[in-house]
Amino acid sequence: MNEQPKYTDFHPRWFRRRMSTYWWLKRWSYVMFILRELSSVFIAWSIVFLLLLTRAVSQGQEGYEQFLAWSKNPVVVGLNVISLLFVGFHAVTWFNLAPKAMVVRLRGRRVPALWIAGSNYAAWALVSALVAWLILGG
Amino acid sequence: MNVTAFHDVVLVGGGGAGLRAAIAIAETNPRLSIAVVSKVYPMRSHTVSAEGGSAGVVRPDDSLDEHAYDTISGGDWLCDQDAVEAFVKEAPEELLRLEHWGCPWSREPDGRIAVRAFGGMRKMRTWFAADKTGFHMLHTLFQTSLKYTRVVRYDEWFAASLLVDDGRVQGVVALELMSGKIEAITAKAVILCTGGCGRVFPFTTNANIKNGDGMALAYRAGAPLKDMEFVQYHPTGLPFTGILITEACRSEGGYLLNKDGYRYLQDYGLGKPEAKPVLRSMELGPRDRLSQAFVKEHEKGRTIETPYGPVVHLDLRHLGEQLINTKLPFVRELCLKYQNIDPVTELIPVRPVAHYMMGGVHTDIHGATPLLGLYAAGEAACVSINGANRLGSNSLPELLVFGARAGRAAAAYASSAAEPRSAVLAQAEDERRRMQRDLLHKIDGRERLAPLRDELHQSMEQSAGIYRSGNSLAQAAVKLRELQDRFRHVALQDHSRTFNTELMAALELSFMLDVGEAIVESALRREESRGAHQRTDFPARDDQRFLAHSLVYRNADGSCRVEYRPVTITRWPPGERVYGR
Amino acid sequence: MADRIILQVTRYRPEDEAQPTFREYEVPCPKEWVVLDGLNYVKDHLDGTLSHRWSCRMGICGSCGMTVNGEPKLTCATFLSDYAPGPVRVEPLANFPIIRDLVVEIGDFMQKLAHVKPWIIRQEEKPLSEGEYQQTPEELDAYKQYSMCINCMLCYAACPVYGLDPKFLGPAAIALAQRYNLDSRDQGEKERMELLSQHEGIWGCTFVGDCTKACPKNVDPAGAIQRYKLKAALAWLKDIFVPRGAK
Repeated sequence: MNEQPKYTDFHPRWFRRRMSTYWWLKRWSYVMFILRELSSVFIAWSIVFLLLLTRAVSQGQEGYEQFLAWSKNPVVVGLNVISLLFVGFHAVTWFNLAPKAMVVRLRGRRVPALWIAGSNYAAWALVSALVAWLILGG
Repeated sequence: MNVTAFHDVVLVGGGGAGLRAAIAIAETNPRLSIAVVSKVYPMRSHTVSAEGGSAGVVRPDDSLDEHAYDTISGGDWLCDQDAVEAFVKEAPEELLRLEHWGCPWSREPDGRIAVRAFGGMRKMRTWFAADKTGFHMLHTLFQTSLKYTRVVRYDEWFAASLLVDDGRVQGVVALELMSGKIEAITAKAVILCTGGCGRVFPFTTNANIKNGDGMALAYRAGAPLKDMEFVQYHPTGLPFTGILITEACRSEGGYLLNKDGYRYLQDYGLGKPEAKPVLRSMELGPRDRLSQAFVKEHEKGRTIETPYGPVVHLDLRHLGEQLINTKLPFVRELCLKYQNIDPVTELIPVRPVAHYMMGGVHTDIHGATPLLGLYAAGEAACVSINGANRLGSNSLPELLVFGARAGRAAAAYASSAAEPRSAVLAQAEDERRRMQRDLLHKIDGRERLAPLRDELHQSMEQSAGIYRSGNSLAQAAVKLRELQDRFRHVALQDHSRTFNTELMAALELSFMLDVGEAIVESALRREESRGAHQRTDFPARDDQRFLAHSLVYRNADGSCRVEYRPVTITRWPPGERVYGR
Repeated sequence: MADRIILQVTRYRPEDEAQPTFREYEVPCPKEWVVLDGLNYVKDHLDGTLSHRWSCRMGICGSCGMTVNGEPKLTCATFLSDYAPGPVRVEPLANFPIIRDLVVEIGDFMQKLAHVKPWIIRQEEKPLSEGEYQQTPEELDAYKQYSMCINCMLCYAACPVYGLDPKFLGPAAIALAQRYNLDSRDQGEKERMELLSQHEGIWGCTFVGDCTKACPKNVDPAGAIQRYKLKAALAWLKDIFVPRGAK
């Protein structure tokens, strides 16, 4: 946005510091920031995995069996576990910032942040339980 | 010599008065080009530190005449009453205009503007934005000014002198801090809005930037300074830092206590102590009286000694946490962060602190100085509405009312005035050479800035404090002459061009020496006690000789010449100042 | 407690040096002294060539932001004794170009501030003769927090997104835009939305949250940005799903 300044005798060069390659290790919040950026790779992987699954299903019983066998490969399991962790990480990030993004007022008073985040977590737990019941018990 | 640019009007100073003037010019004549030359980014200006509020009549039980009377009696009848009448009339309009521009004024439950009581005012008429009124006003003005494309800002440019030729002011010579360039910024009119000069004193609420720049610029160019002997001491500053604890603390019901926990103001003709605040009484008396009472109380040995001088206590504990948090949050923040004290449960140590200059560049009711093309507004100017003592919450509306007036007057003048003449460019070139020769490139001087500044401070505190005497003032006058001589032998350590703050400090110190001399000389000549000017050798008011403004002119040799000018009285003949009854 | 402390101060003189260096100064350390008092002591008594900005010394003008032991701080509100026995490292604010010593260039922010139109926008001005816009304490409360910004730039120094991409509008400018959007007197939200909902606007923010931690005035710029994201997302959905005629 800023135009590059014109340096002259009467306007010596500003010193622009470069961020070191390891700047993100300086602070825990920066590490989190980089992890979130990095997570996009794994989220992309999950989508690819889902597409592969869809294709396998469309190929019938044999294709599906093959896909399942391939999924048991430790590398694939590892990738999926990491992806799950990242998705969980994102969920926590979003639920924690929900009270900042949503300002809810009840009788003129701002609803405490803990309530908003708490209700998000409660809803998450509920939906997870439902999914678990569908898959494991149902 | 480079001319950075030509403008129609140059404003020196980007605080409340300067920004209000800039907007007034843009709205008066959109064709005019306006420059705001400020040594700091405008939102850093000292208006930002004002806390308590801004007076303007809005309530049906109040009247303009009452505001005028409070102001005039508060100023010990040294105010020009035509100016005060214009001021009280336009103050509410200006405050309202600021409301329309977005200033977050505190409100009544129904959404109307809320007002609070203030010292020396007999009605509640002080608008406030919690206790950050100046901060909100300045940021509202600054952000609103961004709308006007005709306003060109010279941020971090230091105006070093005025260009005067043919009897009229035609611009400024200014130093760009970042690059070290010294250039002429020419204009048809210049408005000085540089604020006061509290930094000539060692213990002050004023920011580091308040060095009387505009006063010295005008004074050196031949314009007189008016009523410079009147220096306001605010009764409640934090020891050591001098941080202001707003008068609003007392208007919300705070008490001032001596070391025995006694509300000592009752001993000084300020009324009887009541549990709830009473207007124009006790803690809501005017600032000059309260600061003087402190000195007397100290003489009686009833103040508390600290490493940073004697203090009394400001007690807010009975107001409760809720009220303090909603009405005085900044006071609590300042006490916690800078004094490690919580006013909800503890007493705040306070002592009087140099706060405000009633005096300044002599202007008429339109902000015009006797020098053609030169205008002034705000604390830098003296119109005068503040007389011998300003009432709390009158300075913020003053910078709006007279900032706008000066802006309109300068716009009208600039619309028809002649172009700047080329002779001023030669002048600017001389000035640039002088700054480089005498300061930037000089290596063989024997004086350093800090000791000179310390000696100026000492002299000013000893001679021009809350109580003054002929002897101490005469000594200070001699001392200041000596300091002026020694300043000529100052050598800087910093010879670089880029952001040379030592060079700026040197220019500021030379301004402060001039302004300090003007204060001491006017105080020495005024052989009476009036408002904030209390002479131990002349303890009574003397309307016979001194119902008059003092005007200090600078002689060719740098010394001062004091003349007098009658006060304009319209409807309120001089009377006794009565508080607490 | 030690009565003196060492300051390690960044020095950069662009006319003579290619890059910044550190210099050590020993200064007194009474319990009332803040880092800024230490720097002023250096300037007055030890080395007149040190350049730094300061003014009000009461945490409201926003001039004296610097990096103290790695954290962005207002040096007028940071006590030296908190860092005893020292040393204390004082550097210019991160993420801005250094002009000299402890002075950084903030012209970029000044442009961005003007860019978000931080003033009241009305379709129709109410004449002064009709008095004030009514605004209840609740309506005032809705934006008050965001109006507390002193433009001290600590949030920009704390924000890695701004450090990596100077095009990012940044925390304070967005918070100030939000300050006007939420003001009941303002009608300029649509105008500002176009500027803010761009990639370099709110969507640049990835919620590191350090701006809010650094803010000395509890403005919570991170909160302002997240609220804006929600609003922008809802507006986008509305644009897609609500038929034009019904808007």
